[in-house]
Amino acid sequence: MDMAASLGQVTIRRIQILGRSGIFLFVSFIQVFTPPVRVHRLIKEIEFIGSKSFLIVFVTALFTGMVLGLQGHHTLTQFGAEALLGSAVALSIIRELGPVLCALMVTGRAGSAITAEIGIMKITDQFPALEMMAIDPLKYVISPKILAGIISLPLLTAFFDLVGISGGFLVGVKLLGVNEGAYFGKMISAVTFSDIYGGILKSLSFGVLIAWISCFMGFFAQPTTEGVSKATTQSVVLTSLSILVVDYILTSLLL
Amino acid sequence: MIKVENLVKTYGSIVASNNLNCHFEKGKITVILGGSGSGKSTLLRQITGLEKPDSGAVHFDGLDLTCTDKKSLYEKRKKMGMLFQGSALFNYLNIFENIAFPLREHTRIADNVIKTIVTMKLEMVGLRGTEHLMPSQLSGGMTKRVGLARAIVMDPKVIFYDEPTSGLDPISTGVIDKLIRDLNRKLNITSIVVSHDIESCFRIADKVIILFYGDIIAEGTVEEIKTSEDLKVQQFIKGEPEGPIPFTRTDKNYVEDLLLE
Ligand SMILES: Nc1ncnc2c1ncn2[C@@H]1O[C@H](COP(=O)(O)OP(=O)(O)OP(=O)(O)O)[C@@H](O)[C@H]1O
Ligand SMILES: [Mg+2]
Repeated sequence: MDMAASLGQVTIRRIQILGRSGIFLFVSFIQVFTPPVRVHRLIKEIEFIGSKSFLIVFVTALFTGMVLGLQGHHTLTQFGAEALLGSAVALSIIRELGPVLCALMVTGRAGSAITAEIGIMKITDQFPALEMMAIDPLKYVISPKILAGIISLPLLTAFFDLVGISGGFLVGVKLLGVNEGAYFGKMISAVTFSDIYGGILKSLSFGVLIAWISCFMGFFAQPTTEGVSKATTQSVVLTSLSILVVDYILTSLLL
Repeated sequence: MIKVENLVKTYGSIVASNNLNCHFEKGKITVILGGSGSGKSTLLRQITGLEKPDSGAVHFDGLDLTCTDKKSLYEKRKKMGMLFQGSALFNYLNIFENIAFPLREHTRIADNVIKTIVTMKLEMVGLRGTEHLMPSQLSGGMTKRVGLARAIVMDPKVIFYDEPTSGLDPISTGVIDKLIRDLNRKLNITSIVVSHDIESCFRIADKVIILFYGDIIAEGTVEEIKTSEDLKVQQFIKGEPEGPIPFTRTDKNYVEDLLLE
């Protein structure tokens, strides 16, 4: 009986948290479009989530593309099909690796920082301070971050795709001697619009996911230093796992 | 101006506000005294609408803040200024921008006028010249004074101070006390001060409310409090270690607690 009760309690609490986070996302999202819209806040957040992630995304994409070129070439030559290298690299990057790896890297870099920043604002009473100045903290702090996630992730992913494919080109064509015309020709005929569309859809969803979970975890962290550091770790783990799960769901819907 | 009725707030088993009734007069300085954990900050958060009480009402300027919509609450907030216990400065903005923040958000005042206003407020708290520093570069007492400058930048009608003088040196304490009094006397700003600094309280208060673990145990002018017969009040204002107010919060016998594991 006790076990059933505590199980029920845990379940109810989980569902409560889910509901609260849903409301949190909904309200912050609505606030994005209610005036006054603070463009300077949005630009600052895009700079933080987006442009400061460029280098890390560049390096990740380059090496991912290069290793794909290497592995793909190794496998494809066994079937005498190395001409297909371009399409293999492009498809795996555009459909899967681009959105997912890009999102994971941004989670590690920006997601943890967002949770920590919001948690610190919370323990130092900065949210009540905003409230006392008649400024809605959700609108002022959270909404720009969520919008910035939605804008930044697709752009970063497009950049990832470009660099990744170039990485494959570097290794496959320049290093291992695959025909250049075949690399790009096969790629253009293999990649369809729906692949690109699917990649964009994924990156958009991941953008929302990263901003949402990181903000929520910080906003509802226990108002102590341990609480914030715990929330930071949890937020990275939770975001990364959610990205993988949502990726599977979206893929199964898109295929 | 502000009237609190039957306010109850509990955190788990801790009763932070135990059916409080009091009111704060317009143009007066009311000081809420009480030991650590007696529920002073909690009371302040409820009066300002930052936290909802479990039950009871807070009437501010004819509006019940506990059951009003956000828009009218925010409208009232524009008339309030608050100095937080930990100052609550925005750590990503420098001192100038911290103080200018409410002006930038709520008004369309030109930059050079904002600069004049901020400089004036900084001068009032004696910190002119620190405009370009970040909050982390200031001492605790200085951040408190910056917090005060920010609280008064919109010329509020009511100012709430959560422990304005704790952690300040005697001179700064005197300056802040004088500032609170000047703001009150010259601009007729209603002031509500949470404090456990008895001396500073007696210097500035028109009315004193003493809280003791969620209850109001005394209420009156400085004279009335000083001459109160209540043993708890006497112990508190004299700061005596022995008396009806226990230092520890548990009823368990200390010796038993030590000997019986
Ligand atoms: N958010 C909260 N969650 C749980 N308990 C709380 C919370 N806020 C306050 N309390 C409890 O309520 C009681 C009153 O706290 P409050 O902060 O009002 O005290 P205080 O009089 O301001 O003390 P101090 O002088 O130390 O600031 C304390 O026992 C505290 O532990
Ligand atoms: Mg307090």
